[in-house]
Amino acid sequence: MTSLASTPVLVQRRVLNALFQALCGICAIIAIAVLGYVLWFLFRQGITYFKPSFFTRLPDNVNPVLGGIKHSILGSVNILGIALSISIPIGILSGVYQAEANGKLCQFVRFLTDVLNGIPSIVIGLFIYAIWILPYAQKHPGQGYSGIAGGAALGIMMIPLVMRTTDEMLHLVPQSLWDASLALGTPRWRTMLFVVLPSARNGIVTGVMLALARVAGETAPLLFTVLGNEFLGPITGPVDALPLRLYKYATSSDPVQNAMAWSTALTLILIILILSILARFLTRAGKRS
Amino acid sequence: MSLALMTLVLAIGCALLWQSMPAIKALGPGFVTGHEWDDAAGKYGSAAFLSGTLYSSGIAILVSVPISICSAIFLAELAPKWIRLPITFLIELLAAIPSVVYGLWGIFVLIPLLRDKIMTPALASAAIAKIPIIKSLLTGAGYGPSMLAAGLLLAIMITPFITAICRDILLAIPTMQRDAAAGLGTTQAETILKVVLPSAAPGLIGAVMLGFGRAFGETMAVTMVIGNMTPNTPDGRSIALFDPGYTIASAMANKFTEATPGIATAALIELGLVLFVTSMLINFFARSLVRLAARKIAA
Repeated sequence: MTSLASTPVLVQRRVLNALFQALCGICAIIAIAVLGYVLWFLFRQGITYFKPSFFTRLPDNVNPVLGGIKHSILGSVNILGIALSISIPIGILSGVYQAEANGKLCQFVRFLTDVLNGIPSIVIGLFIYAIWILPYAQKHPGQGYSGIAGGAALGIMMIPLVMRTTDEMLHLVPQSLWDASLALGTPRWRTMLFVVLPSARNGIVTGVMLALARVAGETAPLLFTVLGNEFLGPITGPVDALPLRLYKYATSSDPVQNAMAWSTALTLILIILILSILARFLTRAGKRS
Repeated sequence: MSLALMTLVLAIGCALLWQSMPAIKALGPGFVTGHEWDDAAGKYGSAAFLSGTLYSSGIAILVSVPISICSAIFLAELAPKWIRLPITFLIELLAAIPSVVYGLWGIFVLIPLLRDKIMTPALASAAIAKIPIIKSLLTGAGYGPSMLAAGLLLAIMITPFITAICRDILLAIPTMQRDAAAGLGTTQAETILKVVLPSAAPGLIGAVMLGFGRAFGETMAVTMVIGNMTPNTPDGRSIALFDPGYTIASAMANKFTEATPGIATAALIELGLVLFVTSMLINFFARSLVRLAARKIAA
């Protein structure tokens, strides 16, 4: 054995093997180190303005340091609420259809959801702008931007995500559940509505939350739809949103606003983090029961 | 309801086509071939934006693919069990960071770093000025916002995305193949390079294309670091990494606020149409490849 192990070819192969393993390990470390560096900077810089008054005040023109981002947080919550109310019914219903139907068309639609997922978010915003805001603005110049339009854009982005998870989760429900319910003489639709859907509930809620976390930070589709606002505005007019505020503060030339951009980013990341972790927690709880 | 989704894709295409009609009629093919975008002169050409998009996404892919594939191999094949779950979770989490946050980091950390540590020394160095190809790459305005910054930031953003998909593909390859190779006495590296990677290849290519699609349509992070200026050359194109540039998406985000109603807006929407069609095509091919690979592995 020892004589075999010391032949030059074997030694060479072992050295190459070790080199390859080291290379892969180093690459993984580089990837994580760079990303960790991004996050570390975010927390270090973001903490400056991260205090209660930052969340409860509006921007202050007299004393900018005392200003806050209350309007952006409220705007984001409203926009995301609209996105949810659009994407949940459409997404879940089409997911149910996808799980039930079979055939070529169904396969194609499943494929299409994946493709739709990859469309740049700015295109979705431009779509809402082209069919909704631009025609309106042509009649009433300078108007048309609204929180509702922004919510619609984000809602469209969420539909394929919600639909996909509903479809997948329904496929995980055991066939025996179907059989048991059908054997009792329950019609198919009642079985779906009262037996199968409830047992897939946790998975679907997780999917919805992950989708929400994904669109919560989208900025590009909001540029053309909600426009942004320095004040609290009604949802039917231009409103502000966290990612939009972050973009404005980051590209501003005022150092106070730049510092506030980091705190806005920290707020946004924490919201997304909490959503993702809650979603994971729900999946675990669902698995245990 | 599923039909609604198909109509949605069609509707996006039609709506963009409808609203960009004035520009299409007025500009014709000049929109694709022209490279000047000048509101005052009424010239709208998107060629420079398209080449800028391809260039920045290309840099991102070149930088990120080796790192992502090696990391995916590490996660799927080499790493000890206890380390896999936390790292996988971390990578998924990082894929969820909004692009505008990466842009913020790009403006205040990456750009100063590149300017002070790379651009200024490279522009001052006499040695670089003598190497033939490198010379024309490592040059340009060099004041910070640049193609290099955009490409690197995009690379950082798509790395977790590509890694996650590649990892899933590698995990789908049956263990039996690895065992069979190991039974023949191959080392782990040989198993991975000669057995696992070849059968995962179509899927990995698809994953890389999906990453390219991501970089192609990325808006916010790029807008924040690319400088938003057409390079100062006769045809608006430049391979100098330190020059500022434009991508299709960043041009849309940047020019939108100053676009006057009428043909300027219509031209911007036509830009969106170009982005929509190209990204649909890229994604279509990429997804087909990933699917094909999955089917081949299953068979």
